[in-house]
Amino acid sequence: MIEWFTWFQLAIAVPGGLLCIVLGLVGRKPTDLTMGATALVELLLIVQLAAAIAAPLAGNTATGSLLEFYTYLVSAILLPVVAGFWALVERSRWSTVILGVTCLSVAVMLYRMNQIWNVQGS
Amino acid sequence: MTKSQTEMTGPANRVSGIGRLLIAVYGVLALAATGRSFVQIVRAFDEAPLAYSLSALAAVVYIVATIALVRRTLLWYRIAWFTIGFELLGVLVVGTLSLVDPALFQHATVWSVYGSGYLFIPLVLPLLGMWWLASHPPTPSRSRA
Repeated sequence: MIEWFTWFQLAIAVPGGLLCIVLGLVGRKPTDLTMGATALVELLLIVQLAAAIAAPLAGNTATGSLLEFYTYLVSAILLPVVAGFWALVERSRWSTVILGVTCLSVAVMLYRMNQIWNVQGS
Repeated sequence: MTKSQTEMTGPANRVSGIGRLLIAVYGVLALAATGRSFVQIVRAFDEAPLAYSLSALAAVVYIVATIALVRRTLLWYRIAWFTIGFELLGVLVVGTLSLVDPALFQHATVWSVYGSGYLFIPLVLPLLGMWWLASHPPTPSRSRA
């Protein structure tokens, strides 16, 4: 896990999530913008997964539990996929809100993942 | 209770509108509780069998509650009441015990300190769920429409 990249992810996921929630609450159905924000969050998670697999080879090892880290990462990768399908199947304002809730959930999980990898001593 | 009855139905049922959001949040919490108990049990079940068993039980209850909210038959409606009631009881009892007697729950569960590790969502969600169930009883004639 690369720390600056994680902060970059948070800088996308948090405003993206808030944007989706606001747009959903004012009645917007899922659009290219809100779906795109969620897709971007997902894409960055995949990059993070590749980085997490590769980083230990470059000497950047996790300070905490790898098991916990990967449980968070895999769960986080699943969330936007489920929310995205939901938004495709049901095109209502609440699907947009759900996209936002998903992005914010991913942000919380990224924050925890960063703690596990970089902060937590063991 | 077939899939076709419970999915893709019209707006006049329990899974419409803001109820979708409730289900989504329940789904996320079910995932969070499952992930956590998976890690705890795989890593060191022996350390705290009580707390970790409770984590696993909480995870299962959240999963069942999520399913029960999606399905709209009378049976699932009762299951939803039961599981959500159980969650409220769990978060109140475990939350209180974790404050009164911390030694009992040295290892965190989803319900410790009223779910403070999860932004108190485990405390608020059952109340929202009960409000939702109370205001949206199953109406078989309408839900088939």
